[in-house]
Amino acid sequence: MEPYKSQIGQPVSRLEGHLKVTGTARYAGDYSVPGLLYGYVINSTITKGKIISFDTSRAKALPGVLEVFTHENRPSLAWFDLQYADMDAPPGSPFRPLQDADILYNGQPIGLVVAETFELARYAATLMDIEYEEEAFDTDLRSQQHLARSPKIGMATMLKPLPPKPKGNFEKAFNASPNQVSAEFFHGTEHHNPLELFATTTVYEGKGKLTIYDKTQGTINSQMYVANIFGLKFKNVRVISPYVGGAFGSALRPQYQLFLSVMAALKLERSVLVTLDRHQMFTFGHRPPTVQRTRFSADNNGIITALNHLAIGETSRFEDYTEVVVNWSHMLYPAANTLMQYKLVELDVYSPLDMRAPGGVTGMHAIESTIDELAHKSKIDPLQLRLTNYTEIDVSLNRPYSSKELRECYLQGAEKFGWDKRNPEPRSMRRGNKLVGYGMATGIWEANQLPAKAEAILTGDGKLKINSAVTDIGTGTLTVMTQIAADELGLPVEDVEFAYGDSKKPFAPIQGGSFTVSTVGSAVKAVGAAMRKKLFSIAKKMKGGVFDGTDLRDVSFEGGRIFITNNRSRSVSFQEIIVANDNKPVKLSKFSVPSILKLKKYSRAAHSAVFVEVEVDEELGVINVTRAVTAVAAGKIINPKTARSQILGGMIWGISKALREETIQDDGLGKYMNQNLSEYHIPVHADIHELDVIFVDEKDTVVNELGTKGVGEIGIVGMPPAITNAIFNATGKRINQLPIHFDMLL
Amino acid sequence: MNNFTYKRAESIEDALAQNSSGGNSSYLAGGTNLVDLMKYDLTRPDTLVDLNRVDGHHEIYETPEGGLLLGAFVTNADTAWHPSVEERYPLLSKAILAGASAQIRNMATNGGNLLQRTRCYYFYDANVPCNKREPGSGCSAIPGYNRIMAILGTSESCIAVFPSDMCVGLAALDATVHVEGPTGSRSIPFADFHRLPGDTPEIDNTLLPGEIITGIELPANGFSKNYSYLKLRDRNSYAFALVSVATGLELDGNVIREARIALGGVAHKPWRVREAEEFLAGKTADSVHFGQAAEIILRGAVGFPHNAFKIELAKRAIVRNCMMALNPESQLPGAQPSV
Repeated sequence: MEPYKSQIGQPVSRLEGHLKVTGTARYAGDYSVPGLLYGYVINSTITKGKIISFDTSRAKALPGVLEVFTHENRPSLAWFDLQYADMDAPPGSPFRPLQDADILYNGQPIGLVVAETFELARYAATLMDIEYEEEAFDTDLRSQQHLARSPKIGMATMLKPLPPKPKGNFEKAFNASPNQVSAEFFHGTEHHNPLELFATTTVYEGKGKLTIYDKTQGTINSQMYVANIFGLKFKNVRVISPYVGGAFGSALRPQYQLFLSVMAALKLERSVLVTLDRHQMFTFGHRPPTVQRTRFSADNNGIITALNHLAIGETSRFEDYTEVVVNWSHMLYPAANTLMQYKLVELDVYSPLDMRAPGGVTGMHAIESTIDELAHKSKIDPLQLRLTNYTEIDVSLNRPYSSKELRECYLQGAEKFGWDKRNPEPRSMRRGNKLVGYGMATGIWEANQLPAKAEAILTGDGKLKINSAVTDIGTGTLTVMTQIAADELGLPVEDVEFAYGDSKKPFAPIQGGSFTVSTVGSAVKAVGAAMRKKLFSIAKKMKGGVFDGTDLRDVSFEGGRIFITNNRSRSVSFQEIIVANDNKPVKLSKFSVPSILKLKKYSRAAHSAVFVEVEVDEELGVINVTRAVTAVAAGKIINPKTARSQILGGMIWGISKALREETIQDDGLGKYMNQNLSEYHIPVHADIHELDVIFVDEKDTVVNELGTKGVGEIGIVGMPPAITNAIFNATGKRINQLPIHFDMLL
Repeated sequence: MNNFTYKRAESIEDALAQNSSGGNSSYLAGGTNLVDLMKYDLTRPDTLVDLNRVDGHHEIYETPEGGLLLGAFVTNADTAWHPSVEERYPLLSKAILAGASAQIRNMATNGGNLLQRTRCYYFYDANVPCNKREPGSGCSAIPGYNRIMAILGTSESCIAVFPSDMCVGLAALDATVHVEGPTGSRSIPFADFHRLPGDTPEIDNTLLPGEIITGIELPANGFSKNYSYLKLRDRNSYAFALVSVATGLELDGNVIREARIALGGVAHKPWRVREAEEFLAGKTADSVHFGQAAEIILRGAVGFPHNAFKIELAKRAIVRNCMMALNPESQLPGAQPSV
């Protein structure tokens, strides 16, 4: 028999891939249950004010319309803010759909039509006679900057630390430095726009019991939210979500379709599906518009002397959504003088929501563009400037990195890209009538771990099943967890089933922040290790005494058997162990908790170096990202195939953020204007050219048992500044507003 | 979307009869724009008369005059890839392929392409004023975000642009639109088909109530030797033009015998200025003369806060596209700039 080949590190294809491409995988809105009713949401057409009257009679008169829920007839619900708070709720009062007559933002859900068919519900929703009393509103961040204030502190601050305290004397050091750069940056609102629309199918099981198919990044988060608000027992609310057609942070918080679907199902005692349409996908969380100002300085040797970074982000009037925008520069560049500031402006919008690399991609755009300009002013190669200021310790918190192979990322990325061929003089490289530019930037994202539980069951056929409530938002979680479990017991992946996406299964936190592999993977590894121990202890007691005189260190698990490593003729199969266990499956579970005491001695982060080539049509301004290389150090890569897909997706989104996508906001009307995928421009195939991903070897014995750091966000972080820096190299123009439209280069 | 009655017409006569029963009825062809408008609840026909199975008008054929007739119900994709169109009217083929997406071109018809509505954001939002959607309610685009709006032929009541690429090619080629209606059939020169907004922006074109487009006729000269279509937009495919240019040139060595230049993305209709084309006749084909023609074409252009760039962009695009027409081999997929 072949020795067991470790599954960790293998490019295993997605186990659910076939189900997805054949349309067999069922998403939250794909469950047809007997007697299913369809809900369609009515949204506010004003930005701020009150509903004076809400006449639903024309809709209710239609045969097949069962009910129209509004603030006037909704069932009475939980009272306290805490009951509406989910795992990702920022400080404040969470939005309560149909709470009262107040309108807090344009597009706010104000009613739900429930009918026998979707088409009828949608039509009935056009028959509402609603009178509003409108009030003055503000949705423009830039004109309201003078109202910026410090954010409130809450639970969310634990994962999103506030800016570190000032160090040294920024003003003095900046003013004394020979090379200074000051810049202002802005990007507008962006919406996640996953391909799958938000949907919830609430199956009414009777006796206060619900089975809910929800589009979510956390089955237990949705379960908790529903149970708290509707006063149901936890065990009577089951949330199932095995397939998620993209989320990117938008499903970290329960969205209003969940609330409305459950409310209608309980009240009507029927099963109800509520699906949002694309237009409605612009009526909840979004990446907040942010204004940033940087002032960086360096001495004549390129040593960075002072860093000042101010960010002013948008939030709603009811919650203080925050991001980590300004903490990154000092984690990378050990200046002696720093001043980091982060503020919020309340506007008449819905609360912003984490969107891929929230804060990180925002802050690093400003930081890495400023560093590029500093290099230009100091006449130092941008890569050299970064190497000159390279640090093995996180100076902002005065602690070492658990691992940091960023230098290797810089070197390997530069080599692969051909950075040495760059001419630093803007407008000096050409291809026909196109200006060519090379740009680079650094990426960084925190490597976190949260607590999670997993259950393992070994059955009589020798196969292993692992249970976890975690979702798979399309990142490859199912595949990766299967690989981790397979390795612990030396099984082929075919003999491991990872059962997930169900709130009845053991606890997993929401899936985000690039922490799922480290969090749930650690629990899977822990329960796998416990299973090894348990199986061996049963085997040792078996008749025949195969393992007499040995202990766990002396045996190996391979292909469904336990062998004595030095004497492979002596072995016992898993099936035999189950027989010895009175034919009962072996079942156990493990809670995995991060070792806080050890972890807090270190800063933990994934890093990347990004190199980009752009071509700019000199007369017409048209920009193409012709080549990009990203070198990533993210600890152990469990599956290089799914990890590469994550990085590619991040790189493409980085191109989108730099050059394509924006939610167009009309501040005179207080609303978004391009609420569809025709006018909300994300890249098409014709926009994407050569992309390369390098994973740099990085061993980390601190972050967690697996040594993983997560790859969900790091791919996007460095792309926008690498692109804008390349555009500067090509054209000599530094455009600090994203997205860059080609006409800005005319 | 409201409830509606669906009827299927067997012939043009049948369609005209079914449509004459009064009420608010619409013809349905490819449906790529109409169905969107219905889903957004912007148009509420009580009857749809489906033209997809009518007798005839599903073919492309040579006319006795040496031109080509494009049946109204041929899809945009079949038209773009038709051998006669590719060979004799490559400008039209390139213009069509620069528009929409492959999926939409597979459904959209030639007649429907002429009748698509503007993609102005404010027209698509039923809850804000728009004179084109609701006459007299006002224009939200003028004080609003007007990056995609018009710079030529605008009025105080509307600055929307007509979004088609195909029609820019048809305008350059001097096509003729054949229609049949309750009072008989007629032909409309392409330049007279679409109209400027004036104070009735709700009317996009000169088609009369009940009339059906049956075909589009191309004259014999397809400018197949020296042509180019250039489209400038916010992404490389599946986005409407901020500025597009169709150019056809007849050359005598290095001297221009005849020039055709039409612009898209800048007005309520494809924009052609005969004076500029006459100016080019007899001149050498070079960037200086193309630049002078561009100045004539953009005469009278007025920019708004977010789209003033279109004036300079259009001038540069005209020069580039005319230079590209000198070497049609330089055409890139998706009408992207080259040379």
